[in-house]
Amino acid sequence: MTSAPGAASASLPGGPRRAARWLPLAPATVLLLLFLAGPIAYCVYLAFTDTQLTGQASASFVGLANFRRAFADDGFRNAVVLTLLFTVLSSIVGQNSLGFALAALMRRASKPVRSLTGSIVIAAWVLPEIVAGFLLYTFFNRRGTLNAVLEWLHLPAQNWLFTLPILAVSFANVWRGTAFSMLVYSAALAEIPRDVTEAAEVDGASGLRRFWHITLPMIRRSIGTNLMLNTLQTLSVFGLIWAMTRGGPGNRSQTLPVFMYDQAFLKSLIGYGTAVALLLLLVGAVFSVVYLRMMREEV
Amino acid sequence: MRPTAPLLLVTVLAAASLTACGGGSGGDPDTVKVAYPRSTDNKVRIMDEYLAMIKKQFEQRHRGKKLQLVPIQASQDDYYTKIQQMMRSPKTAPDVVHEDTFLINSDIKSGYLRPLDDKLAAWKDWARYAETAKSSARAEDGKTYGVPDGTDTRGLWFNKEIFAKAGLPADWQPKTWQEVLDAARTVKRKVPGVIPFNVYTGKGPGEAAVMQGFEMLLYGTGKDPLYDPAAKKWVAGGKGFTDALEFVRTVYGEKLGPEPADALDPNVGTRVSAEWIPGGKLAIALDGNWLPKSWLAKGARPWPQWSKVMGRAAFPTQNGAAPGKVSLSGGWTWSIGAKSTKPDLAWQLIELLQTKENALEWTVRDGQIAVRGDVAADPRYRTSMPGIDFFTGLVEYTHYRPTLPVYPQVSGAIGEAMESVTTGDATAAKAARGYDEQLKSIAGGGNVRDGAR
Repeated sequence: MTSAPGAASASLPGGPRRAARWLPLAPATVLLLLFLAGPIAYCVYLAFTDTQLTGQASASFVGLANFRRAFADDGFRNAVVLTLLFTVLSSIVGQNSLGFALAALMRRASKPVRSLTGSIVIAAWVLPEIVAGFLLYTFFNRRGTLNAVLEWLHLPAQNWLFTLPILAVSFANVWRGTAFSMLVYSAALAEIPRDVTEAAEVDGASGLRRFWHITLPMIRRSIGTNLMLNTLQTLSVFGLIWAMTRGGPGNRSQTLPVFMYDQAFLKSLIGYGTAVALLLLLVGAVFSVVYLRMMREEV
Repeated sequence: MRPTAPLLLVTVLAAASLTACGGGSGGDPDTVKVAYPRSTDNKVRIMDEYLAMIKKQFEQRHRGKKLQLVPIQASQDDYYTKIQQMMRSPKTAPDVVHEDTFLINSDIKSGYLRPLDDKLAAWKDWARYAETAKSSARAEDGKTYGVPDGTDTRGLWFNKEIFAKAGLPADWQPKTWQEVLDAARTVKRKVPGVIPFNVYTGKGPGEAAVMQGFEMLLYGTGKDPLYDPAAKKWVAGGKGFTDALEFVRTVYGEKLGPEPADALDPNVGTRVSAEWIPGGKLAIALDGNWLPKSWLAKGARPWPQWSKVMGRAAFPTQNGAAPGKVSLSGGWTWSIGAKSTKPDLAWQLIELLQTKENALEWTVRDGQIAVRGDVAADPRYRTSMPGIDFFTGLVEYTHYRPTLPVYPQVSGAIGEAMESVTTGDATAAKAARGYDEQLKSIAGGGNVRDGAR
């Protein structure tokens, strides 16, 4: 919180005035403590116990046993690999690049084309996750839309939901989440002052060099912000994968959130599931730190 | 003390008091809440209609009291999770809950349910229940926690029309696993385009795959192949276990079953009963006595010809060893939540649910196998559905699952082993080893004994 100019001169720092200034924020603080800090603290506590949803008379504190178990668990390791694969494929490569490409192309497009493309892409984004999940399940299904189209084009059919489920859910996530990146980059590109670009053009810089030396540095911060938001969203995607594959077949699309759900609610191991949730938080934190550094450093 | 400190204190206190007062409906002393599963198929409302009838009776009988129905429309796994979460807090705990015997011991151990021995002692109808059914809701402490409202048995359903095309007999009764596989191979050879044999498998169908598929095989391989009640130990490394997995692997490896992608889909059960069997797309199904429920006039997929087309056979033991037939049984009970503030009124409701007339009504409506002598002998039950005699006859060969709190987790491990042999990711031996490792971590190494591989 910053102090308002001119207000601090009348009272000593730390005086009643300062407390009074905090008063309007009190309801928000109470709500945050209630609905955010409370559950989070409870989660952290649960991760260090062997709490089960059923089949247990009383839970006990087990220290780091849940975390030790996770690192020795093949299922957990598999989930980490798949989560990274899913995040890199669908968020960093897919949504981010496609969103940027759409934004750049739409700057040159005519207005009707722009509105039409924009509304289609955004429609996919505003659909509830579970609806998108079922739509894409029917699209990729062996007897689904995609195969009907492929058959019509006399191309070989696919069965990715079974053979390459992680690819199918990654495509689904790109389809659903690209709009967000597109909006961020549209805004960022619109912010680039025209005179800079024109000056470069006069100096005879080609399109590619203009992009590399002017556009990218100018929107660097937006790229960082967008990557961070995208990554964190993708890391916690559950509904989409659950509706499409339930993490199967076998555990070939069981990313961390699905693994967590499976352990906590299907195997009733709430304590272990919560510990995995904390580890997922850690994965998110690592990504965030990298992006923050990327945004901070001066070019 | 800094002036911010009291403010902070007030904030924390406010937060604490706010969390302490939630809206609870456990308080009304005149309302009994009953939680039950509602089918995810919107055409099927058998239980809802039955309980609506009970609600009328209950409110007539107990003036001024109310019965509140709490339907939970979810898949079976999600239903379990949902009622467990409800039972964790007195504010949301149902007074009466429909519990699957698959999970009841696990929930008893968690302290979710109330023992009913004091009530049962004064209830004369309790003597009418079959002994096996009584024990299905009896915990390790010797107390009984639920009144069963029916059971089920399992066997083979086969399509006589497809069998005729394949040159197989209309009174088919295999004696060994080999004969089941041979019949499936014959169908595959002579009637292309038909799925020869369905055995549920994998994590998607969940307990349906483990009990209806795997355990039907496993319990035909010898005595106590899953849990040894004498030694009170789970069995690891049994030969029967690997053989049963090998059977599943054979079915899917030789393409005698549905496509693995379809078989592992959580909704495969609906496809079997509503699409493949009535559509003449499936020759043999290892399934339950309740299958025709969906083919009745009020079912999900009415199919009037079913009783002419479908034959029934008991599932054989592995090599025809005595007694020659295998079935597994489960069933559901009516139980009272431990956190219920109205156990007496809740018991009144269970008594009403289990008068002879109401028990008969439920058994017939839901296509259950009777667990009470007086219901089983009733002509209305005996003529309620073609084949009911056949499935009631399997009760003497039937096995119940180990009634232990860790069973649901063991079941999960079996589902994973089945899935890995179905996709071809693992051999039967490798999947069985994976199960053994999981079993030791689930049940604790001291509670596992090695069978002979």
